[in-house]
Amino acid sequence: MAKALTRMTAEEIIGEITASGLRGRGGAGFPTGRKWDLCRREKARPKYLICNGDEGDPGAFMDRSVLEADPHAVLEGMVVGAKAVGAAKGFIYIRNEYPLALERMGIAIRQGRKLGLLGKDILGSGFDFDLEIVRGAGAFVSGEETALIASIEGQRAFPRPRPPYPAQHGLWGQPTVINNVETWANIPSIIRRGAAWFSGLGTETSKGTKIFSLVGKINNTGLVEVPMGIRLRDIVFGIGGGIPGGREFKAVQIGGPSGGCIPNQLLDLPVDYESLSRAGAMMGSGGMIVMDEDTCMVDIALYFLRFTQEESCGKCAPCRIGTRQMAEILARIAAGEGGPEDLKKLEELALTVKHGSLCGLGQTAPNPVLSTMRYFLDEYRAHIDDRRCPALVCKNLITFVIEPEKCVGCLLCLKNCPANAVAGEPKKVHVIDQAACIKCGACFNVCPPKIRAVSKTTP
Amino acid sequence: MAQKRKTSGTDSKPTAVRRIIAKYGGQTRAIIPILQDIQDRERWLSSQVLEEVARELDVPLAHVYSVATFYKSLSLEPRGRHICTVCMGTACHVRGGTAILEHFERRLRIRAGQTSPDREYTLERVNCLGACALAPLVVADGRYYSQMTESKANAVLETLGRRSERPHRNPSGAGRRR
Ligand SMILES: Cc1cc2nc3c(=O)[nH]c(=O)nc-3n(C[C@H](O)[C@H](O)[C@H](O)COP(=O)(O)O)c2cc1C
Ligand code: SF4
Ligand code: FES
Repeated sequence: MAKALTRMTAEEIIGEITASGLRGRGGAGFPTGRKWDLCRREKARPKYLICNGDEGDPGAFMDRSVLEADPHAVLEGMVVGAKAVGAAKGFIYIRNEYPLALERMGIAIRQGRKLGLLGKDILGSGFDFDLEIVRGAGAFVSGEETALIASIEGQRAFPRPRPPYPAQHGLWGQPTVINNVETWANIPSIIRRGAAWFSGLGTETSKGTKIFSLVGKINNTGLVEVPMGIRLRDIVFGIGGGIPGGREFKAVQIGGPSGGCIPNQLLDLPVDYESLSRAGAMMGSGGMIVMDEDTCMVDIALYFLRFTQEESCGKCAPCRIGTRQMAEILARIAAGEGGPEDLKKLEELALTVKHGSLCGLGQTAPNPVLSTMRYFLDEYRAHIDDRRCPALVCKNLITFVIEPEKCVGCLLCLKNCPANAVAGEPKKVHVIDQAACIKCGACFNVCPPKIRAVSKTTP
Repeated sequence: MAQKRKTSGTDSKPTAVRRIIAKYGGQTRAIIPILQDIQDRERWLSSQVLEEVARELDVPLAHVYSVATFYKSLSLEPRGRHICTVCMGTACHVRGGTAILEHFERRLRIRAGQTSPDREYTLERVNCLGACALAPLVVADGRYYSQMTESKANAVLETLGRRSERPHRNPSGAGRRR
């Protein structure tokens, strides 16, 4: 930071960032140097910087850990960015669900001011820049850059059409650079170690390292920072240590509600922006949710569509109505009430929503459906044609039964059944009344592992 | 910072709402943090409070409502003394979060998003708490409980129940502050 402030010109900083090949870590992967340069060329004053710490993708938490563990890296990155584009003020938007991140960033800013790293005349360089924290208020769409700007302005978080891009017309109509937490945190080391060091890591088009959150059905869950281009297999089975309980790997979901599921046969895919998009997923912010044979792909598609339907801001009809219709069709299929025409309808709706929506939320909302249909069509077919859920997840299509030869009559399931659907006496075989059963799985979960008398079946 | 406080005649005693608005220099752009701060204090936003904010900030009441209804962290209904939040993020979902939520719904006899009639419990769902490695996750009265199961959930509810049976330190203002 001191190097950038005292020994580098704005052009030199931007040149270095551009040469490093750094691309935005918040989703779309826009080259950071180019974004800064666009903003630098704008004449209007004042200019603003924003750090996007909304981290809305469920299953992703790398931004939280950066904000909690190294808020100073973000702060330094933003001071460098401010010098590069000529910004006077920056805002750090942190989601409400992250109280510790909010607190630690607050401490870092106060320390920065005290040490003369923020505020007036930073390090005696004559350069002024200050930061303010903005607390999110719980809306997924507010992670979208134009919606986030509206939110800082005190409005509802409605996205608006681009262009003009925030770099030209952003916060209060002023030129604004908005970058993701991880993007900002990458800046100080690029300046310190040089562009060549950074671009020496990664692939032709995706430079540097990326943090992923490896969660779900995986032995070693947590955050991993890996060079771009690493094979998916090395993350899941190498670092992640494979699937617990000897279960079979099924897919890894990447890119959150905008992303898709990558199946077994594509595990050798290199992890970079382009390869993931080609496979129907997306880098997104870097959440990797591993799924095993007990995960139903129709259920996952339904899960994401319900998510986007709920989070759609409602501004565009294709997104607002289309996601609802897609969720309804998926719910029908999951309930075993789908018809053969439903798959076609889903595909048509997916196209309409993709092309008719204003912001990234709508444009990418169909991805989870399209990617699961692409790789797991047999599961959709099983739900529609045979009325069965092979993964034993969809409630309408499964039954819980007690195997008489295994049951020891311990009363555990009987006591735990919330629907009083289990009949039995001590030491006598219990029976589930299928008409009363609500498929909550309590009996399945409480039956002692040594006995395992309760089984889940599908036709 | 532009001071934009209106002194409306004689009625200028510093209410809690006014103090919070003053903290943000009376700026209309701070409406979201203002509402959040009020909610942190009162735990929900009543129509009187929203009207007072509109009056003090000198903005249309419709604007205050448009913001207050858009964001999920703002509640226009009273919330319970105990808040249970079940994570419905993807990582929690694949590890059985839905079953946990349904368990809470059954035990508390309310649906997600509702408050029990006696205002003891509010059940909420959240899209991700950023602690996905601990999935499935539940937060009860600010405490995080990891790798939830139905029986662990029962234990959590029991702890909350016991705590609410203890005489409250401030019975008159019960539920005003956390
Ligand atoms: C619906 C939606 C939600 C988004 N959520 C986030 C988010 O939570 N965090 C983030 O950094 N970017 C998010 N983005 C991407 C931002 O719009 C923007 O591209 C990003 O902040 C730019 O920073 P970068 O260039 O450093 O990636 C979201 C985009 C969309 C369409
Ligand atoms: S695509 Fe959806 S979320 Fe985006 S602006 Fe339109 S309605 Fe809102
Ligand atoms: S998905 Fe539950 S904490 Fe992230």
